[in-house]
Amino acid sequence: MSRGGLVAIVPAWNEAAVIGVVVDEIRSVRSDIEVVVVDDASQDDTAEIAEGRGATVLRLPFNVGIGGAVQTGFRYALEQGYEQAVRLDGDGQHDASQIPGILKPIEDGTADLVIGSRFVDPGGSYRPPFARRMGIRVFARLVSLLGGQRVTDTTSGFVALDSAGIELFAAEYPHDYPEVEATLIALRSGLRLAQVQVEMRERTTGTSSITFLRSLYYIVKVTLALLVASMRRYPRLQGARQ
Amino acid sequence: MTPLRVSIVGVAASLLLILVVLELVRGRRLKERYALLWLATGIVLLVLSAWRDGLNTLAGWLGVTGYPPAVLFAVATLFVLLVLLHYSTVISKLTDENVELAQRIALLEERMRRAGPASGSPRPGD
Repeated sequence: MSRGGLVAIVPAWNEAAVIGVVVDEIRSVRSDIEVVVVDDASQDDTAEIAEGRGATVLRLPFNVGIGGAVQTGFRYALEQGYEQAVRLDGDGQHDASQIPGILKPIEDGTADLVIGSRFVDPGGSYRPPFARRMGIRVFARLVSLLGGQRVTDTTSGFVALDSAGIELFAAEYPHDYPEVEATLIALRSGLRLAQVQVEMRERTTGTSSITFLRSLYYIVKVTLALLVASMRRYPRLQGARQ
Repeated sequence: MTPLRVSIVGVAASLLLILVVLELVRGRRLKERYALLWLATGIVLLVLSAWRDGLNTLAGWLGVTGYPPAVLFAVATLFVLLVLLHYSTVISKLTDENVELAQRIALLEERMRRAGPASGSPRPGD
């Protein structure tokens, strides 16, 4: 079914308060889009609500973390033969009306992976707290240096992919704090990367999962992962044209 | 004072540990998450082995007057204990998750058998 179609992958963990609206908004953008909510063992009604709104729900038996959850979605997309995918967070911070924008380079065939970046346009409205802004900037510099292409926002979870991108991430995706390392893996595998300015909303419910100790683990883990990833050899992907 | 030879052997051993851990991560035989404590162990031992005055000072604080390198053993032992404790928590989590997976598969198989004979693995009694 739906060869060449478009799938939206939405990882969600305890997002019962917003997941219904998130699914509705994505479905209202394009009628032919399959919304796949990957429920990372929520304790609330996230899965039931998403299913009620017409989403396909993949229920993980226990919490595997954001990267493992997202990769479940990529594997589903690969199995179903999808050629285009977008990934949005289940907390509503990514605005579904911007899907056509980040999908454009994929549809034009000019990119395999499009990052919805908050920093392409210097006039963008996103102003994170100082420490966070520095973190985002340092990782962006490091990935640009190791990947050989300027990347402005490596921590964004709002991305679009073609079949080459789906294939790569289905096979290879970090399990925790995945976005930064995944960007480098994509570059080193020869995927063509594009960046499109997006605006993100403030969270309406819940809190960010980043606390002080976790931030420390995040920084050390991601730095180590980037250095190691730049020492590895990645097969150039068949699907990636260049 | 720490004998120079002890210092050299200590530096070599901790460098070897760090390199082996990095190579294991690079070859995907060790996940970053579980490499961090080992790397911390290697770096602390490397610093204490190379920086002999520091090791002497630390030994002084701890009341080790006779043989400062004993502190190296103590620190190494402490880190090994930490790694083991960490692994015990990891194993406990894996055990729970493993049981849950087995239970889910049992329930799934039962549901599939009720839905109709599978083409895969016929069982006696089906």
